[in-house]
Amino acid sequence: MAEIDKTLKVQKIENGTVIDHIAAGKGWEVVKLLGLEEYGGTVTLLSNAYSKTKGKKDVIKVENKQLDKKEVNKVALVSPEAAVNLIKNFEVKEKFNVSLPQEVTGILICTNPVCVTHFEPCETRFAVESKDPLTLRCAYCERVQSKVEFK
Amino acid sequence: MDFISTRLLSKDMIEDILKSAKGFEAKKDFSHVLKGKLLATLFFEPSTRTQFSFQSAIERLGGNVLGFSDTDGTSIRKGETLMDTIRMMSSYVDCIVMRHPKEGSAKLASEVSTVPIINAGDGSHDHPTQTLLDIYTIQKSFGKIDGLNVGVCGDLRYGRTGRPLSLGLSNWDVKMHYISPPQLSMDKGTIKYLRDKRIEVTEVLKIEDVIKELDVLYMTRIQRERFPTEEEYLKFKGVYVVDERIMGMAKQDMIVMHPLPRVDEITVEVDNDPRAKYFEQAKNGIPVRMAVLEKAIKED
Repeated sequence: MAEIDKTLKVQKIENGTVIDHIAAGKGWEVVKLLGLEEYGGTVTLLSNAYSKTKGKKDVIKVENKQLDKKEVNKVALVSPEAAVNLIKNFEVKEKFNVSLPQEVTGILICTNPVCVTHFEPCETRFAVESKDPLTLRCAYCERVQSKVEFK
Repeated sequence: MDFISTRLLSKDMIEDILKSAKGFEAKKDFSHVLKGKLLATLFFEPSTRTQFSFQSAIERLGGNVLGFSDTDGTSIRKGETLMDTIRMMSSYVDCIVMRHPKEGSAKLASEVSTVPIINAGDGSHDHPTQTLLDIYTIQKSFGKIDGLNVGVCGDLRYGRTGRPLSLGLSNWDVKMHYISPPQLSMDKGTIKYLRDKRIEVTEVLKIEDVIKELDVLYMTRIQRERFPTEEEYLKFKGVYVVDERIMGMAKQDMIVMHPLPRVDEITVEVDNDPRAKYFEQAKNGIPVRMAVLEKAIKED
C-alpha cells in the first residue's frame, strides 16, 4: 500500500513545463498566478502528492508550453522552494529553482486601503526588500507588507 | 527633480536645501531666479500654510502661480482620473505642487507628469517640504542636529508630519522619543527602519515621562479628518497638551514645534515663551520652499 502512495499518479509529459516541489495546497494559487486557467492545453495539478523531504507537495504539469523564466519566478511569492523543469522529448532540458525578482509588477494588491493604486487605473509595483521573511514595499505609498494578496 | 518621498532624500540633498534656504533668508533680491516660470498648486484637499507659502515662494522668485484649492468646478468632479489631470496640467506649467488624499498619489503623478512634482501631502504618507522646513528650524535653533533628543507627540499614526520628520532626522545621530496613546502610535515599520539605521527610539504614553530629556518637542494635532467616527476623535482630542506646567519641567533651551494648525495641544500662554518656535517654523516655510522650487525647476 505504501508503495502505491509513493507513486506519482500522472504520466510523464513529452514536452512542456513541470513545476515541482510546490508547497502542499499552494498549487491552486500557482495556477491562478501564472494564468494557467486561460491556457487551452493540458494542465495537470497534483495536490498533496507524496514528498520525500516535506511529506506532501503539489506538482503542476503544463503540456506543450515552455514557461518563461521571468514569468515562472513569480511562483516564489507563494512557494519559494518550487523547482521548474523544462521538458523536451520526455527529457529534462533545463532545471532551476524559482527566485524572487527585485520588483513585482501588476499581480499583487497593496494591502493599504488608501493607497492610490486602488483608485487609479495603474499597475501595482512592489520592491522586494527581503526574500526571507518576505517583505515587499509598495512603490507608491511605500507601505511595507509581508502578506501577499493577488489581484 | 521631484520631491516625493522623504525616505529617498539623501543627507547631502537635505543639507543642500538647508544651505540654499539659508541663502534665500539672507538675500534681499531674488526675483530673477525663476523669472517667467509657472507653478501649478493643485490642492485636492484644503491647506492654508502649505499652499500660500508655495505661492509666496514662487512669486518672490519671480515666477507665477495658478491652481485650485478644492475640486469644485474642475473636471475632477466629472470623474477625471488623477493621472489625466496631471498629464494635462503638466503641459501647462513648469512645476506642480500637489496635495491629494490618497497615499502614493504624488509618486503616481510623477510617473505621468512631464514636469517636476512636489508632494505637498499625500494622505498620511509624506510631506517632504514640511520635513525640510522642520529640520531647517531645528538646525537654525541649535546650530546642529547631531546629539539632539527629539520628542514627537500626538497623532503619529494618521498624521503626515511625524513619520517623515523621523525619516529625515534619521540621517543624523539623534534619539527619537514617541509620545502617544497606543492607538495612535508610530507604525512598527518606521520604528524598525529607524532602529536598522541605529537610531535609538523610545515610546512613552505621557509627555511628563520624557520632557526633561528633550531638546525638541514636536507637537502634532489629533486630526479630526483622520478618524472614521466623531466618537473616536473625541476620545483622543485634548489628551496631549503643552501648557506652562509642562514648559516648567522642560530644559531652558528646549524648543516647541508644531506644523500648525493647532487646536488644544499647545495653550496660548505658551506663545510668549521664547522656546515656542511654531510661528517661526511656519515662516521658515518660505525660504525652504524657495530652495525646493529652485532645485526642482532648475534641475529638471
